[in-house]
Amino acid sequence: MHELQITESILNVVLRHAGQHDVSKVVRIHLRVGELSDLVDEWIQHYFNYLSRGTLAQEAELAIVRVPIVLRCPACDLSFQIGKDQLGAAVCPTCAGSKVELVSGRGYFIENMEVL
Amino acid sequence: MSDEVRLIDVKEDIQADNVRVAQGLRDRMARSKTFLLNLMSSPGSGKTTTILRTIEELRGRYRFGVLEADIDSKVDAELIAARGIPAVQLRTGGFCHLDASMVVQGLDAMDLAALDVVIIENVGNLVCPAEFDTGAIRSVMILSVPEGDDKPLKYPLMFSVSDVLLINKIDYLGFSDFNVSVVRERALKLNPRIEIFEISSKTGQGVDAWADWLSRQVGTFLNG
Ligand SMILES: Nc1nc2c(ncn2[C@@H]2O[C@H](COP(=O)(O)OP(=O)(O)OP(=O)(O)O)[C@@H](O)[C@H]2O)c(=O)[nH]1
Ligand SMILES: [Mg+2]
Ligand SMILES: [Zn+2]
Repeated sequence: MHELQITESILNVVLRHAGQHDVSKVVRIHLRVGELSDLVDEWIQHYFNYLSRGTLAQEAELAIVRVPIVLRCPACDLSFQIGKDQLGAAVCPTCAGSKVELVSGRGYFIENMEVL
Repeated sequence: MSDEVRLIDVKEDIQADNVRVAQGLRDRMARSKTFLLNLMSSPGSGKTTTILRTIEELRGRYRFGVLEADIDSKVDAELIAARGIPAVQLRTGGFCHLDASMVVQGLDAMDLAALDVVIIENVGNLVCPAEFDTGAIRSVMILSVPEGDDKPLKYPLMFSVSDVLLINKIDYLGFSDFNVSVVRERALKLNPRIEIFEISSKTGQGVDAWADWLSRQVGTFLNG
C-alpha cells in the first residue's frame, strides 16, 4: 500500500502552506478522502506522525471526511450516491439502467488547516 | 503572533503533482509519436506473457519497447530482452505502484525516436496502481480466470479506471466456476466504456481481436 507516499504528499502541501502564512504550529488538517480509497484513516495518521516529527506539523491531527461514491446515469442525467459494497451491482434508481459512470469518490483533497 | 487558532484554506488535490507530470508526459509522447500503454493486474495474471504475445502479433507493424516494474527482480525484463525487444527495468524499491515520475525515469533510458509503442508492466496489484496516473494514453487491466469472477466487486476502482479488460487464461474456463458473462456485466456496470476481450496468452486464443483493437488505437495516435 502507498500510505507513505500519500502521507508524504499531504505533509509537503501542508508545510508549503504553513511557510506562506507565518505559522508556528499546525494543529489540525481537514482532509477529504474518497470512499474508494483503500487506505485506513488510522494508518494515514500513523504515517503522518512518523513523517512530521521535527516539523511545524508535528502532532497535528488529521480530521478525515470520507467523500461518498457518486454515480451518474447519462441516460437520465441523474447523479446518485451509493455504498462501496453496492458498486458492482449499481443501477440507476430512475430507469434501472446499469450504464452508470463514476462522478466522485476517488482521491485525496486537503480542504483547510487549523494553525497557530 | 497571537495564540488563537486560525483557519487556512488549502483546497489542494494532493495528487495534482502527479497529474501534472503525467500530463507533461502525454504531451512529450505525442511529440515523439510513441504510444504509451499501462498494463495492470494481480501478480501472475499473465502480464508478461500477454505482452510477449501481443508484440509477437503486431511486431511487423510497430516497433515495441517494454518498461518493467517487477519488484526487485529482473526476470521479466530479461525474458523480454531475450526476444530482442528493448526493455528497461524500473527500480521501484518495493513500491506498490508506478507513478508518472517513475515512468519518466524509465522512458529517459529508452530511445523513444526508435519506438512506436511502449508497454508498461505495472506492479502486480489490483489496488494501488489504480490510484496513480502513469501518463499512459490507455490503461489495460488483466483479470485471469483462476482469480475468480468476484474481482469487480472487490477492486471497483481498477475496473473504473481501465480502458480495456482482458480476461486471460480462458483455457482454464472448463475447469472453473468462473462466469464470463457475470464479469462482463459487473465490469460494464463500473465502467460502461470498458472494452472487454477474452484471451489465452498461452494458446493465443482471442489475442488477435485484442491486438486488432490496440493496432487501431496506435494507428490513430500515430497518424493523428
Ligand atoms: N494456462 C494459462 N497460463 C497462462 C496464461 N497466461 C499466462 N499464463 C501462465 O501464468 C503464469 C504467470 O504469467 P506471467 O505472464 O509471468 O504473469 P505476470 O502477471 O507477468 O506475473 P508477475 O510479473 O509475477 O506479476 C506463467 O506460468 C504463465 O505461463 C494463459 O492464458 N493460460
Ligand atoms: Mg510479469
Ligand atoms: Zn437512468
